[in-house]
Amino acid sequence: MNAYQKVQLARSNLRPDANAYISQLIDGFIELHGDRRFADDAAVVAGLGYFEGQCVTVLALEKGVDTPERLRRNFGSAQPEGYRKTLWHMRQAQKFRRPILCLVDTAGAACGIGAEERGQGQAIAENLFEMMGLEVPVLSVIIGEGGSGGALALACANRVYMLENAIYSVLSPEGAASIIYKDADKVDEASEALKLSAQDMLRFGVIEGILQEGSQFELAADAIRNAFRKGLKQLQGLSGEQIRDQRYARFAKLGGNLR
Amino acid sequence: MLDKSMFKSPNLRLEHGLADGAGLPLVCPGCRREVSQEVFEQEFCQCARCGYTHKMSARQRIAMILDEGSFLELDAGLQSSDPLGFPSYREKLNQARTSSGEKEAVITGLGSIEGRRCAFFASEPGFMMGSMGAAVGEKLSRLFDRAAADRLSVVGFTISGGARVQEGIISLMQMAKVSGAVRRHSDAGLLYIAVLCDATTGGVAASFAMQADIILAEPGALIGFAGPRVIEQTTRQKLPEGFQRAEFQLEKGFVGKLCRRPEQKALLASLLAMHEVEPA
Ligand SMILES: [Zn+2]
Repeated sequence: MNAYQKVQLARSNLRPDANAYISQLIDGFIELHGDRRFADDAAVVAGLGYFEGQCVTVLALEKGVDTPERLRRNFGSAQPEGYRKTLWHMRQAQKFRRPILCLVDTAGAACGIGAEERGQGQAIAENLFEMMGLEVPVLSVIIGEGGSGGALALACANRVYMLENAIYSVLSPEGAASIIYKDADKVDEASEALKLSAQDMLRFGVIEGILQEGSQFELAADAIRNAFRKGLKQLQGLSGEQIRDQRYARFAKLGGNLR
Repeated sequence: MLDKSMFKSPNLRLEHGLADGAGLPLVCPGCRREVSQEVFEQEFCQCARCGYTHKMSARQRIAMILDEGSFLELDAGLQSSDPLGFPSYREKLNQARTSSGEKEAVITGLGSIEGRRCAFFASEPGFMMGSMGAAVGEKLSRLFDRAAADRLSVVGFTISGGARVQEGIISLMQMAKVSGAVRRHSDAGLLYIAVLCDATTGGVAASFAMQADIILAEPGALIGFAGPRVIEQTTRQKLPEGFQRAEFQLEKGFVGKLCRRPEQKALLASLLAMHEVEPA
């Protein structure tokens, strides 16, 4: 399988969506809508539930399963109000001292006139700033596409994992092809050059682990469950400050081995 | 005072192309006004008639804003490697180093503004459009950490196309890393002022440019997450006049104040004075 085929696999409509994993992993999930500032963005699912008996905040980028739902959810590309919805829930998690579990599946933040008018850059920037100060555990799993800043806004975590066929990239291969190669058809080359597979991420130290998907949905869900359990266990007993500092140190070392 | 030798960078050459001070007037692309090299420098590379702002290098910013002789550069030798082995990236880096005369796309250091000490950074537009890779992320993180340790405000001028695509995911991670350093500096109760210049977009707009306590912008600067061309291609909509410009961002509420170059130093000094802290 070449790099672009991996990209297509990560984007496949046949892959389980975030909601499928939420219903499999979270007991008594209660979705809470809206950012309290402008609107409710359906590209983001946020709410509360229990993970193995522990109350958690759940944040997810949701692409939807069929065409009408995908349109309604803008194919998982969140508007600024989607990120501000997650921001609100992060502050709630901090207030009530509960872990945050994130599922990431997006080609990138929404791109458009409205998104710019409402400050897409500022919305993502504020998420990164907020996440870097959180004193509760944050665990993220990239379940399909991890596209650019729009994905990172839910992945400034203490632990980041990827499903084995997920991708994580600074820019879409299509974008890279047109920017770097000046040729939109060169997606194969661009996908290869971007090094966006889970194996690449593990090698760069960008993720803590690759989660095997196996042959069916339940196995992938189990792999995510194990990762969340392990991550929460590892952070158990740390003070809020230690949790925050661990997250900062995790990112501070990335790309730091320069002369 | 501005140092004349700093005005020889190629991005500043106007129409006559004789930026070596041959005595011929320069022509403003904005209004066709002819202006001597000397007057142009006194006007901070900004046309006094039409307001056209010419690109300034990071060194020119330093000369314009910081007190003469006060600048102490930090991490001057830090430069990106090629973490992905990205095709033709090394050649691109070498070209950028030659054409800009800088090792990386941001200059960081310590200095003073009207006698007030601060940590300072300026993006270098001549170096791959000021894009952020590992070296830019590392230099900025170290600067904010140093400022937190020394209890200094940070003043920064941003110009960037965003994360540097050739460093792939490592560039994306710099957004998180610098955000962490900005956050720690902020949690120490210290001031960060960003001056957004033309153009500040992508992963830089979506991280440290928009995380400052006070966000200023140069009039006319393009500021946004997605670039205008990408938005037009994606939405197939014609963008309104002035879309994403500094004036638009002011109106939408994302920029606190516009500030022309001749007034920047005094404004920054006033803001620093309002946030004086006990020295470390
Ligand atoms: Zn003019």
